[in-house]
Amino acid sequence: MAILETQALTRRFKTMTAVDSLDLCVETGEVFGLLGPNGAGKTTVIKMLTTLLPPTSGHARIAGFDIARQATAVRRVIGYVPQMISADGSLTGWENLMVFARLYDIPRKECEERVSSALEFMGLADSGNKLVKDFSGGMIRRLEIAQSMLHRPPLLFLDEPTVGLDPNARRTVWEHIDELRKSFGMTILLTTHIMDEADSLCGRVAIMHHGKVVVTGSPTELKASIDGNGSNGHETTLDDVFIHYTGNEIDEGGNFRETRQNRRTARRLG
Amino acid sequence: MKQDKIAVPLVGWANPAAAPSFNPLRAIISFIDKTLVIADLEARKLRHDPTEMITRAIQPVLWLLVFGEVFTRTRAIPTGNVPYIDFMAPGILAQSVLFVAIFYGIAIIWERDLGIVHKFLASPTPRAALVLGKALSASVRAFVQAFIIYILAIILRVKLNFNPLDLLGVLFMVLMGAAFFSTFSLIIACLVKTRERFMGIGQLLTMPLFFASNSIYPISIMPVWLQLVAKVNPLSYEVDALRSMMLAGWPSAFGLGLDFIVVVAATVVLIVIGFWLPAPLLELVRRAARVVSGA
Repeated sequence: MAILETQALTRRFKTMTAVDSLDLCVETGEVFGLLGPNGAGKTTVIKMLTTLLPPTSGHARIAGFDIARQATAVRRVIGYVPQMISADGSLTGWENLMVFARLYDIPRKECEERVSSALEFMGLADSGNKLVKDFSGGMIRRLEIAQSMLHRPPLLFLDEPTVGLDPNARRTVWEHIDELRKSFGMTILLTTHIMDEADSLCGRVAIMHHGKVVVTGSPTELKASIDGNGSNGHETTLDDVFIHYTGNEIDEGGNFRETRQNRRTARRLG
Repeated sequence: MKQDKIAVPLVGWANPAAAPSFNPLRAIISFIDKTLVIADLEARKLRHDPTEMITRAIQPVLWLLVFGEVFTRTRAIPTGNVPYIDFMAPGILAQSVLFVAIFYGIAIIWERDLGIVHKFLASPTPRAALVLGKALSASVRAFVQAFIIYILAIILRVKLNFNPLDLLGVLFMVLMGAAFFSTFSLIIACLVKTRERFMGIGQLLTMPLFFASNSIYPISIMPVWLQLVAKVNPLSYEVDALRSMMLAGWPSAFGLGLDFIVVVAATVVLIVIGFWLPAPLLELVRRAARVVSGA
């Protein structure tokens, strides 16, 4: 059963078409990866699906609710971790979670228990009373994921969940994301420009380029589809798949504003 | 990675089919509750880092101790039967409420540059609860300012009025002033979007608001054109109310009733503008703001 379906979803900014008639279908219980370089339109897709940005045209339904006409209902069934830091550094981990527990209308009696179990699930049980500005980057990411799972959403959006993290912290975050799917059957849609991440986390991926999806499939299928066309001398990787379908290397893209924000995020996480 | 099918049912997890039916009473309770959650969050930040309250108090203290003391000596400004320092103390309280509240616009831009605002907006929290919660938390900070200024006024032997009803009135006026100016600054922040532009616009607005009011001199000594500006400036009405309630034996110039009506009405109007500013109008104002700030 599909939990998320989009039909010709489009978003234009003045002259630029950031997302061009996107058709996407995410099945319940899978980890779906949206891949592409900076500026491919991944974040715009997430912003539309999380009701933060109205689509220019097209439709999308999440768990049966229309993102444009039933925004409040959609907000109740999704969790969202933005690319930039969304935990408040001047509050403790526990307070950060408690705010969201109450904003999502979780009954008062249950708030405390849900907050402590979310902290525990994300391996932060001992750090709940520390101020978030004293957290490491990986801990902040895990706290943000804990924040977004308090109301037990069937669908979770993670926008570049490991941007700016060192390899160790990255691996821990991956393990926790996979644990979410395994323990709760949560559907996860994540964006990334790290091919390794997509390979080790996602059941299916869609590669985006200039606002369009160029190919969809499981990492294994995609690699098989270009077998022999990849670089010689090593096993085919998702990087090869990407180059094959877009004719581009994953390069350092993004304009001044994006780069500044990425660096700022990286600095604060690191 | 191959993902095995999961058989675990989502026990207790959000069930999309069971969307709660709309109940007006519950909606109102939930709205108030969420507003308080946002305000509580800001109060907690203050508790974790109280140094900010002290640094924010420096400016009003300087105005009273330096500017106030000097001008009390020169007797250049006619303030009737009270010393100048008494006259200006309520004005400085209103000013520091204004400055504390205007700071909220910068804070919201900062939170927007991070992802904090996005996460709030993607949650089922009414936009109005977010704005009102921020306005209420601005009041919490403003109360701290009021407390400090009262202490200082006592030390400077300002003849204060401690009638409990008037004190309540002062608290209410401080709350409304903070709500008014923080909503004002949130609207500007939504329009200009970057910290650099906000700093420019913020200076452009706060200084004239302050000087074209009765905060530190009576309206009667102003040139006529400035008197007109001062009389449509909501800050004048806030100061007038504060002055007549804070000081022993100072009658209100506009009438206390009118003061309350103007301040409350102005706040309501701003909140309405903030929530229902139609998109095309918003875009127009935004463009104008960009031209003004030269960006």
